[in-house]
Amino acid sequence: MEGIEEILGRHPFFAGFAAEHGRLVAGCARNQRFAAGEYLFREGDPADAFFLIRHGRVALELVEPGRPPVAFATLGEGEIVGASWLLPPYRWRFAARAVELTRAIGIDAACLRGKCEADHHLGYEMMKRFLPILVERLQATRLQILDVYGKR
Amino acid sequence: MPVALADPFLPQPYRVERRRRELAGTVTLELAPLAGACPAFAPGQFNMLYAFGVGEAAISLSGDPASRATFVHTVRHVGAVSGALAGLEPGATVGVRGPFGRGWPLAAAEGADVLVVAGGLGLAPLRPAIYAILARRERYGRVVILVGSRSPAEILYRRELERWRQRSDLEVRVTVDHADAGWRGHVGVVPALIPRADFDPQDTLALVCGPEVMMRFAANALLAAGIKAGRIHLSLERNMKCAIGLCGHCQFGPSFVCKDGPVMSLERIAEILAVPEI
Repeated sequence: MEGIEEILGRHPFFAGFAAEHGRLVAGCARNQRFAAGEYLFREGDPADAFFLIRHGRVALELVEPGRPPVAFATLGEGEIVGASWLLPPYRWRFAARAVELTRAIGIDAACLRGKCEADHHLGYEMMKRFLPILVERLQATRLQILDVYGKR
Repeated sequence: MPVALADPFLPQPYRVERRRRELAGTVTLELAPLAGACPAFAPGQFNMLYAFGVGEAAISLSGDPASRATFVHTVRHVGAVSGALAGLEPGATVGVRGPFGRGWPLAAAEGADVLVVAGGLGLAPLRPAIYAILARRERYGRVVILVGSRSPAEILYRRELERWRQRSDLEVRVTVDHADAGWRGHVGVVPALIPRADFDPQDTLALVCGPEVMMRFAANALLAAGIKAGRIHLSLERNMKCAIGLCGHCQFGPSFVCKDGPVMSLERIAEILAVPEI
């Protein structure tokens, strides 16, 4: 049976990751399974983990009182759910719901933050991987805000 | 004195044969000439449609280029002329000049993968290219169609997209900018689909149409994926009047969109695409 370290090593997020760093991350990781409709986390919850999707699809949602949740992004195989674990106050700013059966690797945030503090090379490698994702999502958000398909 | 039918300034009378509501404020019109057959057109070309007494607007051809019985145009009500056109009922007469402009370079796509990226109503000028590719499917490699829309209720040609999605020789992905929990598809902007699509960036022709900001984002994503600027083609929209490169209304740097476009390669226009004065 494939171990979590091997699974992480094949995930696109960890492409080129040093083996010793992979072992450190694997020590904070566990396999998780979410049924369709199940929430990975809800807005306001402690951001105590992030997730690498192996299979399935996850919708990121915001809720307005009295209205159904609005999904502003969906993420699938090979993608990362969650960056709020990186920055204080470590609270989720949105909810994440499995749209279909989803298998993911959950990474314990406190565990990994501690290892990043202890080994700044590991921390730098993690930041180098998260920053492009954050920039890409910022760009996508800009395009969404412009509402380019509306009447102009 | 008889006027030559070839006069590009003389609208020809066409009758609205059919009108189909696509979305709120958006209809598809099928127009048949009062005499003879429709002229041939190339995917990506446009006609000037004249709503009598209101004005004329450039509207892309959105039907099957193999059909000569009617011209098909999808029109969204955004102003006086497009509103008058969108309001035409079957039996009404409309003036037509065209087809005009340079279309999608489909010959350059033969033997290669084709990546179609459409945003909103941008699928309309791309649909003839998709029809042409499907008519000669064996001439192309992988064909990927990526469509972005504002919401699930505003997806253009939804049934047709569903049919295309059933085909094993097409990869069709649809995304919306936002959705409620009833939507089980993808949510996000259409450029974000590009890294997830299956194509060979070294041998792909990309055809892009949509709002210009969306096209700029898509072009950047296509370049990041490894497609060269000369293999990325965008369909531009400018204020076209004469449609034959004489009046200058649609000047775009050194080019006229009506005559040198509307389809242009990114390689040709990259320097001026984001210049606000142009």
